[in-house]
This record gives sequence, C-alpha cells and structure tokens, in this order.
Amino acid sequence: MSVHDNAIAPTDFATPENASERFAPLSARRLLVLGGIALIVCGMILGDIFAAFVLHPNADLIGASLMAATRAVTAGDPQAAGAAVQAIGGYLENRGTKVDAHSHMIGFGYIALLLALLQPYVAFSERRKKLSAKILITGAVLLPVGVFLIHYVGLEGSPFAAIGWASVFADFGGFLVLAVCLFELAGLLKYARLRNEPRVTDELVRDRSWAGRALLTGGTLLVLLGFLHGSYYAGFHLYQNEARDADLLWSMASKAASGDADGAARAVGQYGGLQAAKAVHVAAHAHVIEFGVLAMLLAFFQPYVFLSERWRRIWVWTMLLGSLVLPFFVLMELQWGLLAGGIADIGGLLVIVALFGMFFGILRYTGKLDAAAGAS
Amino acid sequence: MSSARKLLVFGGLSLAAWGMLYGLLYAVFVEHQTLDGIGGALATGFTEAASRHTAESQSALTDAAARTYVNVRQVDAHGHWIGLALLLLVLGIAFDRIGFSESVRTWLAAALFLGSILFPLGVLLETWNHGAGPQGVAVVGSALVVVGLCGTACGFARGES
Repeated sequence: MSVHDNAIAPTDFATPENASERFAPLSARRLLVLGGIALIVCGMILGDIFAAFVLHPNADLIGASLMAATRAVTAGDPQAAGAAVQAIGGYLENRGTKVDAHSHMIGFGYIALLLALLQPYVAFSERRKKLSAKILITGAVLLPVGVFLIHYVGLEGSPFAAIGWASVFADFGGFLVLAVCLFELAGLLKYARLRNEPRVTDELVRDRSWAGRALLTGGTLLVLLGFLHGSYYAGFHLYQNEARDADLLWSMASKAASGDADGAARAVGQYGGLQAAKAVHVAAHAHVIEFGVLAMLLAFFQPYVFLSERWRRIWVWTMLLGSLVLPFFVLMELQWGLLAGGIADIGGLLVIVALFGMFFGILRYTGKLDAAAGAS
Repeated sequence: MSSARKLLVFGGLSLAAWGMLYGLLYAVFVEHQTLDGIGGALATGFTEAASRHTAESQSALTDAAARTYVNVRQVDAHGHWIGLALLLLVLGIAFDRIGFSESVRTWLAAALFLGSILFPLGVLLETWNHGAGPQGVAVVGSALVVVGLCGTACGFARGES
C-alpha cells in the first residue's frame, strides 16, 4: 500500500465548492446513498410481500397445528402431539427468518445512509472509504439473504449441531457490517483529533429547505409517537400477555388431556388472538419508529434530490402519510381484520413509492453531475 | 463539532457497534440453541400431556415460557440498542438546528444517550432478575429517551437559536 493510499485528499472534506467530487461516480458517499436506499426499498418490498402472502397463511397453519396437537393429546397419541408441535417450530422459523431478513435489510440501509452523511468527517482516504462502503453493502446483502435461506437450507451439509451454512454466511455478513462500523468510528475519532483540519461545511447538513424541515420535524414526531406507544404497551400489556401466553398453553394441554376438546379448542383460539394482538402492537411500534428515523435521514439528502419543488412536496407528503397509515392500520387489524391489513399494505406501498421517487431524483442528480463533469 | 453533537455521534456509533457485537455473539452462541430448546420444551409439554403425565407436561411448558421470556428480552435489547444508536446518530447530525442554548442541547444529548444505554440494559437485566430493579432501570431509561425526544422536537419546532 502506497503512502498515497492513506493520504487525505482536500476533496475528502466537504466544502460547497466540491460537491461534484464528493458525490462523484462510485465515490463512497454515492455508493452508500444509492446502496442504502436500494436496501431499504428491497427490504420494504420483501416486507409487503411477506405481509400479503405469507403472514396470514402461516398463522393459519400454526393454529391448525396447535389444534392437531390438542386432538392428539385428547386421543392419547404422544407421537402425533410431538410431531404437530415440531411442525409449529418450522412455521415459526419460516416467519421469524423472513421478519429478520426484512428488518435487517432495512436497518442496514439506514446505517448506509447514516454513514453516507458522516463521510466528510471520516478522516481516511477516499480509496479506503470506497472499499469500506463496498464491504458494508456486501455484508448488508449477505446477512438478510443468509437469514432468508435458513428455513430452506436447514442443517444440510453443516458441520455444526445447531447452525447451518445459511446462518454461517448470515453471521459473516453481520461481522462485515460491524467491522465497517468500527472502521468508520476510527475515522471519526481520527478526524476529531486532527488539528488544522479543513472546516467541514457539507451542503447536506446545511440544507434548510421546506422538504428537509418537514421530514425532520415529521420524523421526530413519528419516533416520539412510536416510543410513547412502546412505553404504553410495555407498561400495561407486555407482562400480562406473557403470563397469559403461558397460561393458555397449559390450558390447551391440560384440557385436551382431561378430554375437554371444546375447552382446548377455545384455548387455541384465544392463543391465536393473543399472538395476533402481540404481533400488531410490536409491528406498529417498530414501523412508526423506523419510518420516523427514515424520514429524518431522508431530510438530509434533499440537496441531492433533483425534482421540482412541487414534486418534492408531493413525495414528502406521500412519505409522511404512508409512515402514519401503515402503523395505524396495522394496529386496527384486530378490530377491522383484513380491510385494515389491506390499507396498511397501501401505506407501505406509499412509502415505497416515495422512496422510489427519491431514488430516481438522486439518480437524476448524479446524471446531471456526471454530465457536467464529462462536459468540462 | 459541539459537545452535544460529539456525544450523540460518537455515542451513537459506539452503541451501534456494541449492539451489533452483542447480536452477533448471541446469534452465534445462544440463539439457535435457545430456539431449539423452546421447541423441544413445547413438544415435550404436549407429548407428556398425551401420555397423561400432568406434572411433567406442566414443567416442560413452564420451561418453554421461561426460555421464551429470556429470548424475547435478549432480542429486544439487541434491537433497541441498535435502533436507539441510529436515532442518536441522526439527531447528532441535525442537533445544531435545535433552538436552545448549548447547555440545554448538551443536557438533552446526555438524556438521550444515557436513556439509550439504560433502557435496553434494564430489559436485559430482567433475564437475570425478575424484580422491580431491572424494570426500574428500563423505565428510567425510556423516560430519559422520551424527555430527550420531546425536548428535541420542541427544539426543531423553535428552529435555530
């Protein structure tokens, strides 16, 4: 590695005059911005597909297996009861790995956007920063893809007792993301220690446009709303639901064993209702906070969105509306059923459309920059 | 960079790295075994019930509930540490837009940072101690984050000072 690899070029630090260099083709920042938004969009589409086509059929299968288990207990058939419960493990793994793939892909997208914002403050050479951006994107794809495949690959060919190859690759992806975060932290610390460093006046941080302010304020309020809802759920429902969960399982098994098939079936129904209640509260809490953070993150990238002011306002409102509609109607699913679920999916679609709008706005901006650079 | 922004940015990145490391270690060494244990205990609970072994069935289902209780909190601590770290980072980048004095900003940043550490820590401590202490830590942590967020929202609404 040459001395120049470690050198910090003047354009590595942001000034209003060097925007095109800072957002140059395949620069660390451009890779992170486009990669981050692509990860978030893919993660959300995966979540929407999961919610529409997997979530409810999977819940039905779990309910049917629980009924089969209680019937086997009533009939005094231990093998059939054990097999029915083991089948539930498979359905839970199917659901859990898809939820994890969805949430990790979006979470890594957020990290990529955050690191894009911090690039001017990371005191390493552009070459190193570019490499770290590529490693981050690689890890951010590897982990969710690996997690998604866990259910299908299982322990096939694995030398480990409980961990399959898909998990190994997923964990390696997580390690890559962690390593890049530590690298970026070291770069920030190095910047903080630099004396005589050029003053950073990054246009992304200085932007005070209407769209930026609306997203920042709306995002903070969404996060606050999510926190208050989470606190309410933890304070008033979490422990009762956990106790009720254990009670209902025992009720299913004991009533089935005593020959009370109707009582066992009622307990299975109540158990299903409890799982649904827990799931919608957790999903509403997580989504409103995630969308709030996303809105705040996108607030900073407004200077890169090459859209007219009218279209920019339209997509800001689309984004904020979708961010509120999805978690609210997820919560309403308990009362309004699939109608609320459908409206929640439309909310998710609005956020995806808004993200696509921003993605293409940034692509147009990069095209403008590249064309100007080519002309000069 | 102001002390409030430094606290949020460096604190956020450190907390994110810690949360990821914790999640990675948990996924590699504990999670798969825990999930297998939960499934095994549930299956045992129902097979023992089918064999009319009431005490064994109840014991296995209680074991499944206890394992689930721990797993939920481990995953929650991991998720909340990273989620709050991202929030700290985002707020850190925008903190100069808050319309309060530097000392108020520093207090707000300190409340957010401390709350972001304490809240998941309290949740995690509940796996070792079911008493009021860990719950208290979690409540204080979440209250600090809520207060910090309320102050931040007010600060954004006021605009730059």
